[in-house]
Amino acid sequence: MPTSLELAGQLREKFGDLISEPLEFRGEVTVTVTNSERIAEVCQHAKTALGFDFLIDLSSVDNYGDDPRWTVVYELSGIGHGQHLRLKTSVSEERSELPTVSQVWRTADWHEREAYDMMGITFSGHPDLRRILMWEGYPYYPLRKDFPLAGKPTVLPDTAFTLAAPLEGGPFVTLPGGKDSAAREPRVRTPEE
Amino acid sequence: MATQTIEFKDAAARAAHAVQSEGPSSGDELQDLHGDKLVLNMGPSHPSTHGVLRILIELDGETVTKAVPDVGYLHRGDEKIAENMTYNQFVPYTDRLDYLAPLANNVAYALAVEKLMGIDTQLPPRCQYLRVICCELARISAHLLGLGAFAMDLGALTVFLHTFTEREKIYNLCESLTGARFTTSYTRIGGMTRDCPPGWAAAVRKFLDEVVVNFDESETLLTRNRIFVDRTRDVGVISRELAIDYGLTGPNLRGSGVDYDVRKAHPYLVYKDLEFDIPVGSVGDSYDRYLVRMEEMRQSVRIIRQCLDRLPGGPDNAGKEPINIADGKVVLPPKDKVLTGMEELIHQFMIVTQGVNAPAGEVYFGAENPKGELGFYINSRGGGTPYRLKIRAPSFVNLGILPAVLPGHLMSDVVSILGSFDFVMGECDR
Repeated sequence: MPTSLELAGQLREKFGDLISEPLEFRGEVTVTVTNSERIAEVCQHAKTALGFDFLIDLSSVDNYGDDPRWTVVYELSGIGHGQHLRLKTSVSEERSELPTVSQVWRTADWHEREAYDMMGITFSGHPDLRRILMWEGYPYYPLRKDFPLAGKPTVLPDTAFTLAAPLEGGPFVTLPGGKDSAAREPRVRTPEE
Repeated sequence: MATQTIEFKDAAARAAHAVQSEGPSSGDELQDLHGDKLVLNMGPSHPSTHGVLRILIELDGETVTKAVPDVGYLHRGDEKIAENMTYNQFVPYTDRLDYLAPLANNVAYALAVEKLMGIDTQLPPRCQYLRVICCELARISAHLLGLGAFAMDLGALTVFLHTFTEREKIYNLCESLTGARFTTSYTRIGGMTRDCPPGWAAAVRKFLDEVVVNFDESETLLTRNRIFVDRTRDVGVISRELAIDYGLTGPNLRGSGVDYDVRKAHPYLVYKDLEFDIPVGSVGDSYDRYLVRMEEMRQSVRIIRQCLDRLPGGPDNAGKEPINIADGKVVLPPKDKVLTGMEELIHQFMIVTQGVNAPAGEVYFGAENPKGELGFYINSRGGGTPYRLKIRAPSFVNLGILPAVLPGHLMSDVVSILGSFDFVMGECDR
């Protein structure tokens, strides 16, 4: 049985500089695919030649303020050899697009729809890239770091919510930006204010 | 996809009308016999969708030709919320993922954060055994409900009442263990909120003796029940390859004959020291998924009995075994020490206001939950709050296969397939 590190090495042998040096943390091996345009190709090879037949998860990270802004994370596993490998690739904010892997593992279909819905990253070649958790027509991408926790009002007609979520300014919510804790903490303010 | 007006009840009525009005040999008869397709909206409030799943079903007569699931009606933004609070503060939110097995979610989440901090191997043995007992109790509880609801969807109401009686006992056990019946929030990073109360282990043993009788009774009602077998056998068949391709986990994957269980493949806690079997199906139909769940509950009983026998410190902890990691920077120090010791006071203050100090890095941890592999991907930049926390919800992934499975089945089979999938929307929509 090959270890994750050996499998990552085999991936490097095949693709060379496209695959970064494997990084080990807490017993998990992570490699970065330096060109996001070739992620589908790498995934296809990992599945067919290296036995990673199971895509556990696909997630996305918003590195707000850094360039490139998006990181897409693939958690690969093989039912046969039982090894785990994490693939990462970065996408710039201007581009915000990378090839789909839903042809490699069909489970990626919904994961990619979720990444699109929450972060606004598009996956070229995806068969049905629609919002999945938010409703069709929702104008924002709520997991972006510049989207506030309290939500934003939407002005779209016929949508479920047109007001901000009641979290903002609620009786037990600390408000940001006050000059001292008395200003930030609504419970100590008198009702007249 | 627009719904069409139905002038005639079914294709046969339309054909009969065509024959009557146009005479016997008009060329469109066969075309008419096929009829138009009907788009049916099932859910989000439908008893057999077990929550708020909506499926748009295209029907040709009674046969499904296309199915488009629509999820997200229970979306609460748990991942966004997690980025804005400390690790321990997020524990109550995990109760509300798979709300039929909150204890198992608590344990999975705590283990994920502990893996990030590199302390998962330092957990005291008593803590590990108690956590395994919690996970398996949650599995029995979730499977009992899944089984009862599945049988109820197929018209066997008695089973539901039977299994609910046993679930009630599990709730009582949860209450005496955690103080809450439903939203348990039992784990903390590095341990648990409290040890099990005196007499709890004996109560669990008594419950196990009673529940195995209930399994037999439920099986008598279903396993060889002609109606149940007819409605589940060879219905919703998922091949081994398809199941892996769609990332199914849990009983749905094992029902298709894949021998994959996280407890065996990547053992966590003390699972590698325990003896238990992984049941797998042979056909991959609804009936196999039912059988797998039934057997899993028996295996859970077996696991809990072993844990109770070996519980370090004895059932009532006469040996005073610790249940928390002995690190004041991770677990809240005892209150009497906080009020008297300077160092403990600082630790308490730091943990409460800033959270446990996790290193920068990223981990994925998956645990075998009742519905499948519940995974947490944590991306940390250091400090007490995750930079990004992704929840890999088994119900979400499992539902993704519906467009591939439902077409070709009768409308009544849809109910059987949904029941056999045993999903929870609280987890799917997060």
